[in-house]
Amino acid sequence: MWTFFHRLASPPHFYELANKIYPWIMVPGLALIAYGTYAGLFVAPVDYQQKDAFRIIYVHVPSAYLSMMAYMTMAISAGIGLIWRMKLAHAVAAAAAPIGAWFTFLALMTGSIWGRPMWGTWWEWGDPRLTSELILLFLYFGYLALRGAIDDQSKADRSSAVLALVGAINIPIIHFSVEWWSSLHQGATLVREGGPAITTDMLYPLLAMIFGFTLFFGAVLLKRVRTEVLARERRSRWVQKMIMPLEGRA
Amino acid sequence: MEALAMGDYGVYVWSSFGLTLAVMIVTVWQARNHQNKIYREIEQRLKAMEEVK
Repeated sequence: MWTFFHRLASPPHFYELANKIYPWIMVPGLALIAYGTYAGLFVAPVDYQQKDAFRIIYVHVPSAYLSMMAYMTMAISAGIGLIWRMKLAHAVAAAAAPIGAWFTFLALMTGSIWGRPMWGTWWEWGDPRLTSELILLFLYFGYLALRGAIDDQSKADRSSAVLALVGAINIPIIHFSVEWWSSLHQGATLVREGGPAITTDMLYPLLAMIFGFTLFFGAVLLKRVRTEVLARERRSRWVQKMIMPLEGRA
Repeated sequence: MEALAMGDYGVYVWSSFGLTLAVMIVTVWQARNHQNKIYREIEQRLKAMEEVK
């Protein structure tokens, strides 16, 4: 098993493997999203309280979940990179950040769009869920800005890893904010005592969207990690051989 | 048309799904664009090195 991980951490091996895995993750991910979108928009029944506005749940919940999942991927990878000095782990952390930032932006935007007809407002500054999710977006921006500001790769890796780890404290705050404080935001729909709060014809499209978004994230992450590996290994022989094979050279 | 209008909520629902599609396209495009940019940079550097030789 350790041999497998050792091989996986080898940049040329990972670069090759990620390319092979990519379509096997992206295609099922897109298929699940297509099914979830169709069933969420046209098959799931109208909610008795929120009417058709509830259908925003099919993009808001997966994007909010992904915003936190991407951050945890980033923080755990950064931690592994910091402790075991594994370059690939730092590459994963760096690759997860922009994707996480985009999905946090999406969660905030779809939440705001949903809030307008349900709460009568686009935004509520005093709300703990909304504010902590906005802080998450700022943490992503901070992480990306810090990486961009430091030219030395290993220094950028270490500094941004510390920021990612410190910022991880915000994840449980986002998750439990609706329980700890009074919030406009509704409570958990899926993971709650007594099971999900929605019927199966509403639940299955939502689960499909969540799994689909997760696979989509995995596929885009793989693509971005490949690029990180390529950039970090630009002076190595295997990259030079791959980009300019002997027969192509002058 | 009624199904698309979703009562008075169509504009909120469709804009949310449209925004999601846009973000998905942008994330894939950015990943691909970044990869091509790095690839070209390395290729140009290697070509320049070959010319010096």
